[in-house]
Amino acid sequence: MKQLLSNKNSINIMYLPALILFAVFVIYPFTSGIRISFTNWNGFSQSFSYVGWDNFKYLFTDKNMLTSFINTLLYGFGSTILQQMLGLSYALLLNKAFRGRTLARMMIYLPVLIAPVIMGYMYYFFFQYNYGALNDILMLFGLDKLDWLANGNRAVGIVIAVNTIQFCGISMVLYLAGLQGIPTAYYEAANIDGASKFRQFTHVTLPLLMPSIVTSVTINLIGGLKLFDVIKALTNGGPGYASHSISTLIDYTYFKNQTAGYSSAMGILLFIFIVIVSLSLQLYFRKKEVEY
Amino acid sequence: MKKRTLWKTIVALVISIIHILPFYIAITVAFKPKTNLSSRWLLPKVLNLDNFKMAIEKAHVLMAIKNSVIITSIAIACVMLIGAMAAYPLARNRTKLNRFILNLILAVMMVPPLSILVPLVKMMSDINGISTYWGIILVVTTFQLPMSIFLYTNFITTIPNSLDEAATIDGCSRFSIFYRIILPLLKPVTASVVILTGVFIWNDYQFSLYLLQSPSKRVVTLAVSTFFAQSSTNLGAASAAALIAILPIAALFIFLQKYFIRGMVDSAVKG
Repeated sequence: MKQLLSNKNSINIMYLPALILFAVFVIYPFTSGIRISFTNWNGFSQSFSYVGWDNFKYLFTDKNMLTSFINTLLYGFGSTILQQMLGLSYALLLNKAFRGRTLARMMIYLPVLIAPVIMGYMYYFFFQYNYGALNDILMLFGLDKLDWLANGNRAVGIVIAVNTIQFCGISMVLYLAGLQGIPTAYYEAANIDGASKFRQFTHVTLPLLMPSIVTSVTINLIGGLKLFDVIKALTNGGPGYASHSISTLIDYTYFKNQTAGYSSAMGILLFIFIVIVSLSLQLYFRKKEVEY
Repeated sequence: MKKRTLWKTIVALVISIIHILPFYIAITVAFKPKTNLSSRWLLPKVLNLDNFKMAIEKAHVLMAIKNSVIITSIAIACVMLIGAMAAYPLARNRTKLNRFILNLILAVMMVPPLSILVPLVKMMSDINGISTYWGIILVVTTFQLPMSIFLYTNFITTIPNSLDEAATIDGCSRFSIFYRIILPLLKPVTASVVILTGVFIWNDYQFSLYLLQSPSKRVVTLAVSTFFAQSSTNLGAASAAALIAILPIAALFIFLQKYFIRGMVDSAVKG
């Protein structure tokens, strides 16, 4: 016993509780999800039968699935790009001290902490047809009211915008931390060499911000590809199926259509898709980091 | 010099206003009675508290806050304890196996909750875990553990190994090193763990939506979303419910701003 305790590897048992939790609540559901995806289970009954690859075949012919897949890409990459642009601009603006800097940082970061589903409902007050805050502005200028969320493409755009505005605070904080880590000597040297402000930005700031960019892009992209709460609150996938992400479509096919087997197959596709995206992202950035 | 920063102040002010507009609109909606159809941009002339009364009585927001507090606090405690324990061997024994396990744990961070929704709900109903505190606590704990293990592992790696060695010479076992030496040193990073995972758990909607089906177990996100769905004719009360629900976290942020920001930065540092 004593020998066992002094063994270097004996402390490994300390991660067992964590591993057990992962096994029970992640790995087991995942494997049983694979099994369910080969059935026509409806989500509650006791009886179901195996249908082979039917669910997976259907994935590739299902029009709604295609829409939700494209939307997932738009949500993921669209908000990631916008969040980097906003986050970096905010960080550059708020990097040096001036009056109101602390207040602005607080107000930009505050929405990050609010539940996305509640935030979605709060934004609904803007986009509602009757009494909506945006339509009030349109009417003030004598324009016709617009049913903002009734158009599929616009609904997708609005979801991206809301998600971007809510979470660009994360990128801002990461970029601020990155900017503070750049020694001022580099800028002094660049000044002496006569580099313009723009060249300083592209040749000093951006390369040295690379670690912040990597983390920020990764966090935003994975968050965007998983997007669920905001969509549920703002459009619930509508109009029709136009603004569903894969996540909300899984929810919909499970509870509304009661096709749990199909829903499960979709879950596996989403999982594989996110794994592929994050792995290729890591590979891509690893190559980038070697470059300089 | 003053003049040169004035434009910054103005721009910062405009940006701040844009970001807090939804809160402003929610406030004007919540404080106006149902009969007041003036524009949502205008502040109410009299503060009407009927909507808040209704939110508390009909949406049971206070009960939801109680549920959220119970679930969040127990889950945070589990995330802290299990996470710190797991991080110690992962940071100190950098064997091939442990590196693999650490990567596996970090990979769990990417798993979209919805991808395992069907089997998870099935399993939880098989073991009678639906609409129970323990059920949701175990699930959210599992999904927040990777973040906690990541933060603790990074932090423990920065604690000099010589501390462990000195303790070993004094006759400390590996386990008591963790308990007596490492654990007390984890205070600063624990603040980040609590804030980061706490915000996620408090704001959780995806798991709560399926695992807490009984109305008496509703957490804040569920109470607000069901109330919004029910009261399309009286959004004032729904808005009041939303405001009550976000008040605790907004207040915490205003007082503990520094820790929130540091938590975010900590979570992004590569190990």
